[in-house]
Parts: sequence; structure tokens; C-alpha cells
Amino acid sequence: MVEEESLRVVRCGGSELNFRRAVFSVDSKYVFCVSGDFIKVYSTATEECVHILQGHRNLVTGIQLNPRNHLQLYSCSFDGTIKLWDYIDGILIKTFIVGCKLHALFALACEDSVFVIINKEKPDVFQLVSVKLPKSSSQEIEAKELSFVLDYINQSPKCIAFGNEGEYVAAVRDFYLSVYFFKKKTTSRFTLSSSRNKKHAKNNFTCVSCHPKEDCIATGHRDGKIRLWRNFDDEKKYTYTCLHWHHDLVMDLAFSVTGSSLLSGGRESVLVEWREAAEKNKEFLPRLGATIEHISVSPAGDLFCTSHSDNKLIIIHRNLEASAVIQGLVKDRNIFTGLMIDPRTKALVLNGKPGHLQFYSLQSDKQLYNLDIIQQEYINDYGLIQIELTKAAFGCYGNWLATVEQRQEKETELELQMKLWTYNKKTQGFVLNTKVNMPHEDHITALCFCNAEKSENPTLVTTSKDGHFKVWILTDDSDIYKKAVGWTCDFVGSYHKYQATNCCFSEDGSLLAVSFEEIVTIWDSETWELKCTFCQRAGKIRHLCFGRLTCSKYLLGATENGILCCWNLLSCALEWSAKLNMRVLEPDPNSENIAAISQSSTGSDLFVFRPSEPRPLYIQKNISREEVQWGVFVPRDVPESFTSEAYQWLNRSQFYFLTKSQSLLTFSTQSPEEKLTPTSKQLLAEETLPTTPFYFILGKHRQQQQDDKLNEALEDELVQLPLTENIPAISELLHTPAHVLPSASFLCSMFINSLLLSKETKSAEEIPDDVSMEEEKESVDSDEENNFTEQVQDTNNTDLGKDIIHQLSKSEEKELRKFRKVDYSWITAL
Amino acid sequence: MAGYKPVAIQTYPVLGEKITQDTLYWNNYKTPVQIKEFGAVSKVDFSPQPPYNYAVTASSRIHIYGRYSQEPIKTFSRFKDTAYCATFRQDGRLLVAGSEDGGIQLFDISGRAPLRQFEGHTKAVHTVDFTADKYHVVSGADDYTVKLWDIPNSKEILTFKEHFDYVRCGCASKLNPDLFVTGSYDHTVKMFDARTNQSVISVEHGQPVESVLLFPSGGLLVSAGGRYVKVWDMLKGGQLLVSLKNHHKTVTCLCLSSSGQRLLSGSLDRKVKVYSTTSYKVVHSFDYAASILSLALAHEDETIVVGMTNGILSVKHRKSEAKKDSLPRRRRPAYRTFIKGKNYMKQQDDILINRPSKKHLELYDRDLKNFRISKALDRVLEPSCAIKTPEITVSIIKELNRRGVLANALAGRDEKEISRVLNFLIRNLSQPRFAPVLINAAEIIIDIYLPVIGQSPVVDKKFLLLQGLVEKEIDYQRELLETLGMMDMLFATMTRKGSTSLLQQNTSDGFLENKKIES
Repeated sequence: MVEEESLRVVRCGGSELNFRRAVFSVDSKYVFCVSGDFIKVYSTATEECVHILQGHRNLVTGIQLNPRNHLQLYSCSFDGTIKLWDYIDGILIKTFIVGCKLHALFALACEDSVFVIINKEKPDVFQLVSVKLPKSSSQEIEAKELSFVLDYINQSPKCIAFGNEGEYVAAVRDFYLSVYFFKKKTTSRFTLSSSRNKKHAKNNFTCVSCHPKEDCIATGHRDGKIRLWRNFDDEKKYTYTCLHWHHDLVMDLAFSVTGSSLLSGGRESVLVEWREAAEKNKEFLPRLGATIEHISVSPAGDLFCTSHSDNKLIIIHRNLEASAVIQGLVKDRNIFTGLMIDPRTKALVLNGKPGHLQFYSLQSDKQLYNLDIIQQEYINDYGLIQIELTKAAFGCYGNWLATVEQRQEKETELELQMKLWTYNKKTQGFVLNTKVNMPHEDHITALCFCNAEKSENPTLVTTSKDGHFKVWILTDDSDIYKKAVGWTCDFVGSYHKYQATNCCFSEDGSLLAVSFEEIVTIWDSETWELKCTFCQRAGKIRHLCFGRLTCSKYLLGATENGILCCWNLLSCALEWSAKLNMRVLEPDPNSENIAAISQSSTGSDLFVFRPSEPRPLYIQKNISREEVQWGVFVPRDVPESFTSEAYQWLNRSQFYFLTKSQSLLTFSTQSPEEKLTPTSKQLLAEETLPTTPFYFILGKHRQQQQDDKLNEALEDELVQLPLTENIPAISELLHTPAHVLPSASFLCSMFINSLLLSKETKSAEEIPDDVSMEEEKESVDSDEENNFTEQVQDTNNTDLGKDIIHQLSKSEEKELRKFRKVDYSWITAL
Repeated sequence: MAGYKPVAIQTYPVLGEKITQDTLYWNNYKTPVQIKEFGAVSKVDFSPQPPYNYAVTASSRIHIYGRYSQEPIKTFSRFKDTAYCATFRQDGRLLVAGSEDGGIQLFDISGRAPLRQFEGHTKAVHTVDFTADKYHVVSGADDYTVKLWDIPNSKEILTFKEHFDYVRCGCASKLNPDLFVTGSYDHTVKMFDARTNQSVISVEHGQPVESVLLFPSGGLLVSAGGRYVKVWDMLKGGQLLVSLKNHHKTVTCLCLSSSGQRLLSGSLDRKVKVYSTTSYKVVHSFDYAASILSLALAHEDETIVVGMTNGILSVKHRKSEAKKDSLPRRRRPAYRTFIKGKNYMKQQDDILINRPSKKHLELYDRDLKNFRISKALDRVLEPSCAIKTPEITVSIIKELNRRGVLANALAGRDEKEISRVLNFLIRNLSQPRFAPVLINAAEIIIDIYLPVIGQSPVVDKKFLLLQGLVEKEIDYQRELLETLGMMDMLFATMTRKGSTSLLQQNTSDGFLENKKIES
């Protein structure tokens, strides 16, 4: 492991689960969903990730069960391959190389080819083609035989649907629906009449779904209508009916397996079930939390699955009851709070669902829980100005959490609220303690807790654009009736009416640094006296942080003009400065190291340095092409031991960063194979074995006999096991040297007898209700049985063909043992 | 899935006194009855037995009042000089009082002439009390002595000469017939035991002691003198437990509430303070018109009687709680409907399905949940809500604005409905805590109803009222800003020598913009 490899930037979890429709296995035990370059297999009952199918080298764009073997799964990806997986064992079976970017995949039962969406010529024109999958035993097969089906279609797989067991395919784009009949090889095209006259008509097609049994196509539209098309084999006589409940666009449609009901969903976050395609027969499952992006139905028909824009899958039971929630890292919104680490759970904390903070476990790539900060009904609508959770900070080893939310409708109307949450050990969660309305008169730019170990009283500092910074302390608010603590403002500071932009406490909590635009002021945290100021005239201060441990005498500031300054607090002078256009400046809590990410035209670069020396410890150029927005050091549970000096900064903490497109990245020297989660293998439980009659005979039988063997150690000569190695006669036979064995004809009958199962003992084993009783019975029976077996031996020539199975008698075995004892003496004498 | 989240009602800190159980309890008295006495009321004592009459010592008379009588039901006036400390015996049938001339008189409640007279003190007797066995009287006088008297043969039994200043207060133990406590102007409080004929415990109060009080258990002693009230643990040999300094003039009297949970002290600063006897924190305080000399609580705290230096006796009776029951009770479902199915035992194969607990939602929340926005707004504009709890109305308006539907909710109203909205605006627009939300609402109303203005004289009048209000507010803000400017100038000259001391200004609500209402 310590083997030095190059440090690579790797994506770490948190990829979209809602990119494509989820797919159910035939028995509804598993649900598959694409997740970045991987396919994840979740158990529908436990919500646990059972397997991660890895192998694609680019985004996976489509998955489909193999219609001819339901234990296999097809997947396609932007890397131009179609892969076939065994999802139960998580094995890649085959790879078909197509060669061009594949946008979606469809598989039909009746054909040996699959359908994919590609774009060949222009970047915006997509075609549906069928790919013939050649039969071959090799692992990688070229599949270049493409035959064209439909042109000029939408790239989203939601806009393609195969109907009536593959008789036709329906595709929608903009204002028309085209249907291609495979038998007739003709295409019909239907255009909505209203779209012709109106310029800004809102009835664009958004999605399509086909009835599994009848010739019926359901289409969803941008104005929230659902149209059901019939008789579309005739371009003149076609009819459609309209269903309207959604007030905004219909995101996805799905027919149930029998076709008796139609499911639809959209921005309202309400799953609507239309029974018998009638407007009045509808059922709702409301409050699903976020926009429904996809709906899928299990082949068994007992489960539905909805994918939501907040990166979540909800498994819904047939009677519209949500049964499981699979939640990934929520990332459909701007991250205002930055990345934080909850000191208690070591979970990554950032903005989650609207108005929530999410606690995301980096180890298990799973959301731990959501903390509702704003606690108001979320109205999901366009153009509404929502309350935004803008700042959050943990203090005092995770005992306190401070959050700031704001809403600004007009220039003058700012609603600002600061909340302080305390960790309740009993309920294991955060409880609201203090709510401060309008803590400042303008936007809060930063807040930080004093995390010094010795500080007895929790202290919080907020800085605001109104030119003030405020110090909040925890005060005892209790009286004789109840005990209570609350936060109150202790001190208000300002510096020449400049906007306060950043604040930072030194490691021991004795000093507070507050930046006012270009000026950094240092305050004594005991008396709140201004100690000194630093000013470099190099633009507004964007980041501010103190050095730690041995470098605690240094203060670092990064300005907007791209200057990084390091001041010595003892001499109150500039120690060094560097020209770096800093985006992220993040100190490692476990060491002196500070990570800085700078932004240049080509990409983002990482610098790791110590404040004591201007020379960086480590530089990695081009860690990401996009702008990096946030970074954070996560303490490792088990320290790594990189010997190379360049990687030593990763020994005790891991660095995670978030880019503008909200992909969470980290550094790793491990190859992707090593990163494979070891837990997934163990989760493959016995339950995967189907309980067939065969299983009942063999599986249980064997187990029982093993148990019996333990119980009946005394009478092992009576125990009859079909396993050859457990039969004493055979083991004797195999262990005795060949030259001392009697002739084969003498042993033959004995050997064959030993392989047979005696009827008597079998019946005894079939009713093993009470082991002790059985034991007694058998010990009593043992003599009788001896006689019986001898009897059988006499007549074995005639009974051989029958089902009477038995084994060596005592006497025979003694005889065999005798042979064995005899042999060695003379050999050793030689 | 998460349920509907009710609208967060903005709460505002309540100014003034915090409402606690104690303030509720001690404020639950009727307005006081004032009775004029002939002189300063030096002592009030309640009879421990029903009907709980009380004896008031003022000047040379002792008046006995009934519970609700304004006139004395009996008067003892056979004193040549000022009478002091009329005290009931535990059975409520005898009354003892000292007097300025040094005599002590014992009265039968039903009689008029004194039963016994104890002569022996040479100076004014300011304190007398019955011992726990009912047959002795203990007295303290200005001749520095404390005497114990036998009632049957009216003889002096013991004399204690341990104080060296006036003995002005005393108290006998309720449990032990031999123990009693006296407080003196020599700053000490002494506990005497009749069996040892000398003091057993002496504690130094530090000020002339005006009043002493033993707890019913006899374990704690409270002494008052100067501005201090001190609590002593007698079981630890007179250790100071706590010293309270909550009055700013001499504390003159002490009293325990009937439950023993609260201690009351009256003072010359015209205040009565109520302390908790567990934490010794002030939980309530009463104000009176004059300096307080005496204080007594009736059985079950039914009555508070306070005697003052100007001879006024203030009597407060507890409000009767019978009134609350007078409301006709709604018919409730029978008891068996509540226990229906509750005692059903789960069988082996049964699966228990709990009915999800129903969350109670306010009516306006139910409307908002179903997106009936106009109805929700109507509901909170009902006078019962809009006047009593304007913060709910404002919170709903704010919520509607957040949902972007405030204009829809305000539109399409007839004369009566719009005047209701306008009434609410007129009443609350100038309140700084509501102003940002309501100004926005007012702007929307003006935008919506501008085209139809002039059609209804009622609404036009309301608009004009609103306009006047806004203009007044603007003038007011201007004045405030001027004042602020002046103050800034003053502070600027003052802080020149000072360091970076900061001044937190309450920049007044400058968000009331200049808005004209065209009408």
C-alpha cells in the first residue's frame, strides 16, 4: 500500500442516482440505477447497496435487464460500449464495443439486438439505431452492425418507448409524435394542432410511454397535460384523450405492468396514479420531497420507483405507500454553506434539500440524515424567492451548530435569521436553542465559533456587510422554574464603517482576526480590544486563517487581487507573500498544513504549504478543469503512512473538494480496483439461493446430517453421509497403502455397500424434531441395526439395484483397521 | 415523507415582567380594600382557627376583623398607651398584647376585659407570643429583658438578661414548648431554652433586628433587620445560610406563605417581596402606597393584609376560582369510546398497526395546506384574530408573500372585505415589527384597487386615513433622524478621548418610505 504511486484526483461517490430511470430485477428484490461511471444495485427491502458494477470508463447512460436472461443486465455508456453483467455476483460477462457515444439503451425480448440512441453527424441530431449483438464466447466483441430505425429524435430515453411487445416504437420531439412500425416499416407522424397557430404554445412533448398490452401511447406535455393516443396506425383516424392534473410539465409517465393504471409525476412532487385512464379515477401520493424525474415499474408489478431531483430514489409499494428511500448526496442547488465536517459523526455537512442541511457519510456514500433548518413549507415553483440557508458552522466539538438563513425579495427587504442548535444526547440530534431575528442589518458574510480547548464559554462571531461584527456568547437564562441557556450578543465591533468580510479565531482562542475589506484587524478575545491591523492594499480579503500548532504565530490572508499574504503575529510584519489567485484556503485541523486551490485559465491547481515557509510542500497542477468552489480536510480514522515527502500531507487527513458542477473529488494513490468496497461482497447472503424442492432435499438434508454427526460422535459408524470423505470405509480405503490392501474383489462389495444409504437411518433423519430423543432411540437401536446391516450384506447381491443404502458394519471396519495396523511395522523395520 | 409544516408564527419578546407561575399566583388577588386605622399598624395577626379572623394592632387599640368585614367585629381599647403585638393563641381563643407602659394583657376573644395582666417589665413590651404548650407567654421589652410567664397564675417564671439593647421581636417555636427566639437592637438574635435558663444559640445579624421568624419545622430561622433578610440554619448551630438584600430600606416584617414554599418580607421602601424558600430568589414583588410595618397571610393565602405607617390597612382577597367552572361544558364522548379497543391483547399472528397520530393544524394552516389562500387570509383578518394576535395575521401575510400569492389573495374583495384589510393596516402599519411586511401589502393593495378608487366612500376614507398615517410616520422619522444626528454629534465630542468604545444605536425603522396614496 505504501508503494508510491502518483496522486490522482478521483471522484468519490455522490454521483447522480436520478440520471436515468431505475430498473427493477424480475423478482423485485433489487433495483438498479446508474451512478456516474458505475451501476449500483440496491436491495429494495433494506435500501442497502449490494453491489457496485464498475467497468465503464465514462458516464453510464442506460441500463436494461436482459430480456432473455433475467439475471443479466445490459448497460451502455458514453465510452461507446455495451456491457452485460451478472448482477447477483457483480461480474462483467461481456463487453460489446460499438464505438460511438451511446445515449440510451433499449432491449426487446424478441430480437437478438438492442436499440441505442447515438448522434453521428451533427451534435444535436440523434438517431435510434439497433445494434446486432454477435454471439461469441470472447469477452470483448465488436458490435458494429448498426441498422437505422428513427432519425431526429430527442436524446432523452424518456422520449422513446416501445409498445406492444416491440411491434412499434414511439418517439416524441418538440411538437410531434412519430411512431415506427417494425412490421410495416413505416413511420407515422402526429403533430398537435394547437402548436401550428400559436407561437408560444406550451404543449411540447416531454415524455412518452406505451401501453404494455394494447395499442395505446401516453404522452406528457409541458403544460401538464397527458394525452392518450389510440388508433395511431391510421394517420387520419387517430384519436386522443386528455388527462389534466399537473400544473407544470409532466416529467415522466409509466404504465403499470398490466396497463390498468398510468403513473405520472412532475414538479409538484406528487405521484399521480390514473386508474383505467380516466380523469376522475386518480390516486395521489403527495409530499415526495422533490421533483419527480423518472418513474419505473417493477416487472412483477408490486413496486414502483421514483427518481427525484434531490438525488433520491423512493421505492413505492403498489398501494401507493413509500416503503424505502435511497438517498444520495443532494446536489441540485447552490452550495452556500461550503463543506464542513461534523466533528461527531465525521460526516460531510453541506446544503441539502431546500432549507435542510445534509449529513453525508463519505465512507458509505450515503446520506445519514437531513436537518431541517428553515422549518417551513417548501413551495416548489418557478420564480419564487426562497429562504436560503447561507451559512452554517459547528462549534465546541459538535455541541453547537449555528445557521444563517436569508431571503431577499427587494433591495431593501432583507429577511435574516440566525439559529443556534444544540446537540441533544438523548435524541441524538440537533435541537433549536436560540433564534435571532435580524442579527445584522445586512448580509452575514462569515461566522465562526471559538473552538479553543480551554474556552469555557462557547463564543460565536458573525461578520456582516453592515460594517459590524458581533460576538455572541452563551449565557445562563435559567430561573427557579427551569434551566435554560441562550445566546446573547456580547460585543459589537466595527472598523471605520468598512464591510466586515471574514473572521477567524486563533487556535488557542486568544485572538480574533476580522477582515474589513482590505484591512485585517486583530482583536483580543478576552477584552475585545483592537490589538493591531494589517493592510496590504492588495484588494479585499477573501480568505483568512490562522496557522496551527507550530505555525500558530502566522496569519494568512488571500485577497481578491490574487495575493496570498502571511503575517507574523509576533513581529506584526509581513512574513511573505505570493501571487496566487486563491479560490479555496483550507487549514488541516490535524497538522500545520494549509491547502490552497488557485484558479487559472487552464484549470485549478492545488498547493499545499506550511505558513512558516513560502515554499509549498506539494503542488498538483490541473486538478480540475472547472472552478473549485469549496474544499475541506477530513481527518482519517486510520492514519496512512506515505513515506514520500510529497504525500505526507495526506497522512492524517484526506482532502475533499467540490467543483462548480458539484462533483465531489478527492486525492488518492490507490488504483480504482483497490478502492472497491469490500463490504459489498459479504452482503451476498444465502437468500440469493432460490428455495426450490431440490434445495429442500439437498440443502437442508446436508445441514441436518452435519448436525447429527456432531451429536452422535459415539455412533459415527452409523452415521450415513453422502459425502465420500466422511464415510469411514472410503477413508480407510484411501489412506491404506495400496500394496497392503486385500484384493479388489474382496473390497468391492464392502465399498459399494458403504455408498448406499440405509432406509432405516434415513427415516430417522427425516424426523429430527427432537435431537435428544433421536439420540436415545438410536443408541437403543444400535444393536438391532448391526444385525440388520449384516443381514443386508448377506443379501446384497440381490438388493443392489434397490434404494436400500447402508454401510460398513463394525466387524468389517475392524477388519479394515487391522490391515492398516499391520502394514507399517515391517516397512519401518527395513 | 414529511408532513405539512405549519406556518412559523413570528414571536416577539414580551416586554416587562416575565410571566411565571408565581406572578400568576400572586397577581390573582382582587383590588385591595383599604381600611383606615388610628395610627401606624404595627402588627397584624391571623387567628389560626376558622373563621380566620385577624387582629390589627394600631395605636392604643386592637381591632378584630372578620374575613370580609370592613368594620371591626371586636375592639380591645383598654390600653393607656400604645399597644403592641396582639397575637392569637394556637387555638384562636386567647389574645395577648404588650403595651408601651410595660404591661402585658391577655384577653379572651369573647370577653372585653383582660383575663390576666403580667406586670414585670419596666419599659415598653414590643413582642409577646404564646409558647407551643399554650400555657406560657414569652415577652421581650425595651428594658433589654426577655421574660417567660405562666398563664394560669400569671407569674413570671424566668427572666433572661442577655440582650443589651431593646428587644423588639420574638417568636416561639411551634413544636418545642421550651424554645423561643428573640431579636434585639443589639444586632443579635438569640434562641432561648426555658430548661437551661440561658440562651442556647446566638447569631449576629449585623443590623438592629426588626423581625424574626422560625420555620414550622424549627430548623430554619429568618431574621430581618436593616436592609437584610438573613436565613440561618439552627440545626447547624446557627450557620448563616443566605443573606438577602433585595430591599433598599429597612425590612420590618416577615411572613411565610401557607405552603411554606414562599417567604414574604415587607419593608419601609413600600414593597413586599416574595422569595422562593428553595432558591431564595425573588419571584414576585408587590407595591404599596406607604411604608410597610406589618404583614400577614391568611390560611391558604386567601388574604394578604398589610399594615402601613400612615395607618392604612390594605386587605387583598384572592379571586374565587368558582367562576371558571361556570362555562357550560361541552358534551364529551362517553368514557368507553376512549378505551374502545385499547385493552385488546395482541394475538400471536396479529400485526399491530398503529394509527398515525394526527397532527393538529390551525384553521389557517389547513387552508394554506390546501392552497385556499384567500380563505386563509380572511380567517386571520377576523377581528378575533387580527386584534388579539396581530402577529399571526402578519405571519400569514408574510407566508403568502413568500409563496408569491399575496396579490391573488388580496385581489377581488368587496367593500366590506377590503375595509377589513385596510383597518388592520391602519392599526398596525406604524408598528416597527410589522412594518416591512405590511408596507409591502399596502403597496399591493394600492396597485390592485387604484383603478376602482372613488367608487366607495367607505374605502376612500380608509385610504385617506392610511395616507395621513404614513405622512405622520414620515414626519416622525424625520424628527428621529434629527435627534439621532444631534446625539451623534454629542457622542463624537465625548468619545474623542475614549478609545474605540462602541455605541450601539438603534437605528430607527427607516424603512417607512415616502409613499403617496393617490385618491
